[in-house]
Amino acid sequence: MGMTMTQKIIADHCGKTSVEAGEFVEMNLDIVLGNDITTPVAINEFYKMGANEVYDKDKIVIVLDHFTPNKDIKSAEQCKVSREFAKEKGIKNFFDVGQMGIEHALLPEKGLVVAGDTVIGADSHTCTYGALGAFSTGVGSTDMAGGMALGTTWIKVPEAIKVNVIGNKKTFVSGKDLILHLIGKIGVGGATYKSIEFTGPGINNLTMDDRFSISNMAVEAGGKNGIFPVDEKTLKYMEERKIKDWSIFEADKDANYDEEITINLDELNPTIAFPSSPDNTKDIEEIGEVKIDQVMIGSCTNGRIEDMRIAGQILKGRKVANGVRTIIIPATQEVYKQCIKEGILEIFIDAGAVVSTPTCGPCLGGHMGILASGEKAVTTTNRNFVGRMGHKESEVYLASPAVAAASAVTGKIENPNNI
Amino acid sequence: MNTIGKAFRFGDNIDTDLIIPARYLNTTEPKELAKYCMQDVDENFTDKIKQGDIIVAGKNFGCGSSREHAPIAIKAAGISCVIAKSYARIFYRNSFNIGLPILESKEASEKINQKDEIEVDFSEGIIKNITKQEEYQADKFPDFIQNIIQHEGLVGYVKNKLNQGVKNDI
Repeated sequence: MGMTMTQKIIADHCGKTSVEAGEFVEMNLDIVLGNDITTPVAINEFYKMGANEVYDKDKIVIVLDHFTPNKDIKSAEQCKVSREFAKEKGIKNFFDVGQMGIEHALLPEKGLVVAGDTVIGADSHTCTYGALGAFSTGVGSTDMAGGMALGTTWIKVPEAIKVNVIGNKKTFVSGKDLILHLIGKIGVGGATYKSIEFTGPGINNLTMDDRFSISNMAVEAGGKNGIFPVDEKTLKYMEERKIKDWSIFEADKDANYDEEITINLDELNPTIAFPSSPDNTKDIEEIGEVKIDQVMIGSCTNGRIEDMRIAGQILKGRKVANGVRTIIIPATQEVYKQCIKEGILEIFIDAGAVVSTPTCGPCLGGHMGILASGEKAVTTTNRNFVGRMGHKESEVYLASPAVAAASAVTGKIENPNNI
Repeated sequence: MNTIGKAFRFGDNIDTDLIIPARYLNTTEPKELAKYCMQDVDENFTDKIKQGDIIVAGKNFGCGSSREHAPIAIKAAGISCVIAKSYARIFYRNSFNIGLPILESKEASEKINQKDEIEVDFSEGIIKNITKQEEYQADKFPDFIQNIIQHEGLVGYVKNKLNQGVKNDI
């Protein structure tokens, strides 16, 4: 039987000509990733394993992005531990304040992950790199430790869901709307243990930044990964940042899929996930009036340059509504600098928004925009669980940057087409 | 190995932010994390439980983040085992890796009531409901996972491999 794209990458990395869904294999790793929350735990486990040196100094990536620039003493200690480990082990790809960005925006931008790679990261949104045609998945800290020690990890070869994308996006519809729509359709457990493989003529109409947002949230449906085939857009993106070679894998025509879903972009409207689950989605045309207290535009899901541009387009010459705190966080230093060059930062500040240095901060209720009880926020992040951004009685509505920016202007969840 | 404890029931899709809110992730200290376990679902959870008690949940337990702090907080709070209908994949891996016993059983998940006295026989995967005089059979874990359990988690498993000199051979 034929293999899916994911299965082919796994087979290639465990020295087999073929693998089957359900099989357990030990897979070689091209990148092992950790951040300031998960790396300190991994370091403890690494030493408990009896390891001393990492398997390859060039293949470990540590990014201090979650509670940085440090929000408190405990966070500073976590970063210190990670920083000292990186120095001691000679880890080349260590990103501290000043170089760092939100990890899943940073790694592709630096060319550290390319098509055909296998990546594990001690962060659930490691699945983002599927946008590049890589197999990447989130794991815990002990797995990160094992990966750093051995350069391999155990993996159960996943079954797959095929998502056939057709049509073209309407104005102000983005990859975020597609993935929220999909999660709403299959549920937060709809793809548990499985890979989600995107295909079809419609993917030509998705930009790389659309694809990063989509793959990023595969985990919100329980998926092991969410992967796109490599096309001209992927190749152009990788050429511009080339530091290593890539390999292109394609799903076999007779690959087996558990389920096939078609999404017609022509019919897709801006989509919102209501509290307190990413699968509690609604089409923007079917929601009533929801007044808001805060807007956050950023995160590993939507902190890239296109996200900033669309927010800038909507906020240009406008003011955020009275009483709506609007926090904008470009995901990396490069995105931040590009916003300055294009005059987008000025638009944000003139509109009455604040702009922060890269950090995951508010997305997980860390810092830089915590919600009080009863407050409501529209954010471009990826999770709206109870208490995710602050008080357990606060509410998080997940949306695209276009919806978030439009909502900042009117003070309620707003269709950007009405602005 | 057996364990006896009272059941504390939770619903479907209990996410990692409920198990341990991210605002407490600025530490890796298990006892510190344990204090906040399940706080946003049940404020007094850690006061109610005794060493050896059991969490019983619905489907997709542990969905969300990759934070290993979630199974660590549960284990350090004194919970001896989690029984659920199903688990999110990263939580599932993490639990075996750190040695938090978890069992999958649709029947047990549906039939066990709050505060039922439960005895678990891990070697056979038998869940005895002492209160209701019922017995449920947990699903068998694949051989590969059992091998990790026999090594008492991934640390032992990797240690063994390092001793044998097995490494990445790309």
